[in-house]
Amino acid sequence: MTRTDVPRSGTLPLVNWLSNGGSGWVLGLIPLSLTLWFASMLPPIIAGEVLRVSYSWIPSLDVALAFRVDGLSLVFALLVVGIGTMIVIYAGGYMAGDSQIGRFYLYLFLFMGAMLGLVLADDIMTLFVFWELTSISSYLLIGYKHAYNSSRSAALQALLVTGSGGLALLAGLILVAIAGGSTSISTLIEQGDLVRESALYMPALVLVCIGAFTKSAQFPFQFWLPGAMAAPTPVSAYLHSATMVKAGVFLLARFTPILGETPAWAITLSTFGAITMVLGAYLSVSQVDLKRILAFTTVSSLGTLVMLIGIGGEYAITAMMVFLVVHSLYKGCLFMVAGSIDHETGTRDVTLLGGLRTLMPITFGATVLAALSMSGLPPLLGFVGKELIYEATLDAHELSPILLSAASVVGKVLMIIAAGIVVVVPFTRAQRAKPEAPRVGHEPPLSMWLGPVILGALSLLFGAFPTQLIQPITNSGVAAILNEAVEVEVKLIPSGLTPYFMLSVLTIALGFVGYWFARPTLQRVGNATEGLLEQGPVNSFNAVVNGMQALARWQTRVLQSGYIRNYLRIIVSSVTLLVSYALLTRADFSRVQWLPIGATVLEWVIALAILSGAGLVVTAQKRLNALAGLGLVGYGVTLIFLFFGAPDLVMTQFSIETLSVLLFILVLYRLPVFSSVSSEAERIRDAIVAGAAGLMVTLMVLVTVSGQLERLLTPYFAQNSYPEGRGRNVVNVILVDFRGLDTMGEISVIGVAAIGIVVLLRLRLGGEKNDPETVSTGKEQL
Amino acid sequence: MTTSQPVSVILATGARYSLPLMLLFSFFILLRGHNLPGGGFIGGLVAAAAFALFVIAYDVNAARSVLGIEPIRLIGIGLLVAIGSGLPGLLLGMPFMTGLWLEPEIPALGKLGTPLLFDVGVYLVVIGIVLTIVFSLAEDS
Repeated sequence: MTRTDVPRSGTLPLVNWLSNGGSGWVLGLIPLSLTLWFASMLPPIIAGEVLRVSYSWIPSLDVALAFRVDGLSLVFALLVVGIGTMIVIYAGGYMAGDSQIGRFYLYLFLFMGAMLGLVLADDIMTLFVFWELTSISSYLLIGYKHAYNSSRSAALQALLVTGSGGLALLAGLILVAIAGGSTSISTLIEQGDLVRESALYMPALVLVCIGAFTKSAQFPFQFWLPGAMAAPTPVSAYLHSATMVKAGVFLLARFTPILGETPAWAITLSTFGAITMVLGAYLSVSQVDLKRILAFTTVSSLGTLVMLIGIGGEYAITAMMVFLVVHSLYKGCLFMVAGSIDHETGTRDVTLLGGLRTLMPITFGATVLAALSMSGLPPLLGFVGKELIYEATLDAHELSPILLSAASVVGKVLMIIAAGIVVVVPFTRAQRAKPEAPRVGHEPPLSMWLGPVILGALSLLFGAFPTQLIQPITNSGVAAILNEAVEVEVKLIPSGLTPYFMLSVLTIALGFVGYWFARPTLQRVGNATEGLLEQGPVNSFNAVVNGMQALARWQTRVLQSGYIRNYLRIIVSSVTLLVSYALLTRADFSRVQWLPIGATVLEWVIALAILSGAGLVVTAQKRLNALAGLGLVGYGVTLIFLFFGAPDLVMTQFSIETLSVLLFILVLYRLPVFSSVSSEAERIRDAIVAGAAGLMVTLMVLVTVSGQLERLLTPYFAQNSYPEGRGRNVVNVILVDFRGLDTMGEISVIGVAAIGIVVLLRLRLGGEKNDPETVSTGKEQL
Repeated sequence: MTTSQPVSVILATGARYSLPLMLLFSFFILLRGHNLPGGGFIGGLVAAAAFALFVIAYDVNAARSVLGIEPIRLIGIGLLVAIGSGLPGLLLGMPFMTGLWLEPEIPALGKLGTPLLFDVGVYLVVIGIVLTIVFSLAEDS
């Protein structure tokens, strides 16, 4: 063995292992340790404590980087890091061999941090910043396979929908802060009445709801979520089912003590939630792509959660908290399973799959548990959740118990059918003689079945012992949402033949009947209405985006002609009009000295020189003559500055004039033949614009020297220049000290302009040199 | 200074001798700016004019080799210097760009402080911008 072989043989297996799924095990330690850390906070939180920490951020705006751990944020935090652990391990296996896996992990952990910040935020600006970060990381993850046009457009669609919702949310949060007098969520929770009684309440409610509805894919914004399935499956499992899409739900829960418990809140949330619940479930059963089926059932579940927050009260909120956990467990599991099936067989099309039960037995076991929980069968946690939901809807006396319960039953029945499609078809349908899937599946590696198995087992464990394992934490979560201590029992065994239990039985019966008998009909109807319900919102979205692009193109075409003469004309006329308006309405012309009385001979000479220079410029037939005229004007103005005691201006103007001459020498012989490109009418128009501008400036100078100027700044700078700025040259002290930030902006802008000029020159080198318009444009932009 | 045939011997000789003088003068203008007419902007223009004259007397390559740095980099360096002049105040817990001065005056240079450093940044940016344009135009021909 040579010496160079030693390190290679030592590290190669490690590198191999890391790039073949091992990375997930290593990186999974991060969320795992976070999970244990958050779990250690459970006892004090269940005991009713609220842990808070705050750092100064923007003290002048009273904005703090503040965090708060209570029952609500702890449940969300545990879901984020707990499911995050499984996802990272799973992604190690799923993405094994992907050359860009580092980038993938970067985005995934970026999201994890953002989502944690969001759910733990105790300041609405902190919350907003993390909210936007989750949208951005979601965009990066959906567009991860950026070589595919479909991924990119799905990513853009999700970003535009959640991003515009984010803008609405920002406006809503600011209104809440104004109405409640604070940006601290803890303070606002105590002062909810201030916000509810404010005149800003309704606009704030609408804007916050738009933010939450776009993020949590509520009707009519539900369409971006199925599109987001373009992301790699670990992302769909994590962001687009278990965590990020629940950010809107979290926001509504967090704001319940601030904005909630009003009729407007209850009606808005329960209506949109119920519509989303039914629509999502209905659209899910006619899909054939496993991930799209799951995406639409996610939409439905998010609707259920929003509806429950709208109903309000301790039972509905308890149902919301329990269903939140239920859904994250089974949906995270089912998405990972869908990914495994895709990974092992090469397709997610349920019509092509079959017989996977014997090929992927462990995965099958996890899927059955998750699907039973999704269907709400005992003793899974889904059953407990469904009981609570029915209890909440039947008790929603201030709304419409019958309507909400009926909608819930329809949603849950369709959900059972969807669960059947996910489990029964791919796993138990008899394997055809010749499999239509690209590959015959087999059990995925440990990293890819561990997560689903754990999540499925937790559904069973929590379902079997909900009173011991779930009730303490949901009670503290409900207490955080309602801002009062509650004691709602979460139990598996119903207390007798309650109406809720009867509805449960009815739902399960209808679900099974529906799966066996009504599925083909449902799919036919679903396909028939697909254009309206599924594509309709997408088409409207595209129409809006295309309309905005057309508007942008139109206004660019109108405003951006590319000719500097047009820009100059617009700028000069605008300035002339605005300043003239101010002058004519505000200035006192009675004190103006109209005649040049007392001007010295020298001043007359300079004035005449400037005038003749200007005359030469506009009448010149050769470029060199025009240049000489311009120089005459420039140096004449310099002389005026000199006589009236502005040495800084003299030096600047003199240097600029000199450099201009040097620049002209460099470009002069490369310019095209000096010719007139404007018609007679255009020249008259330009003369009017130029004459008006000159008149305006003359008027302004006359008014200024007539002593009407309020000299507040001059004495201030004169007095403070030396004591404050340590300089006697007031102009320079203003430039580098008093208004230093402005100067910084200016030098940055002209720096960028210089880069732009270089680019223009280089472009023109490669462009057509013979086109007179192109060349003259280039010239004018100097 | 290896260069092609100069346009005019008189101009070339004049440019060669005036370059260091103009640069010194520009630096003088920069330093005196805080109390007397002058400052980074004017100083920068004068320095740039010196190099522009050199471009006309010789050519771009000669001017480039005398300058010794890409002018577009001077823009970046100048901006960094200007931003950097705002940091000491920030580090001492005061607002960004608080003016700080060294107490004892330095002979010949005068008072040194962050506003002067800022002006040096402006000086470099102005030289960078003018020469970026001048060099690109001259090279284009």
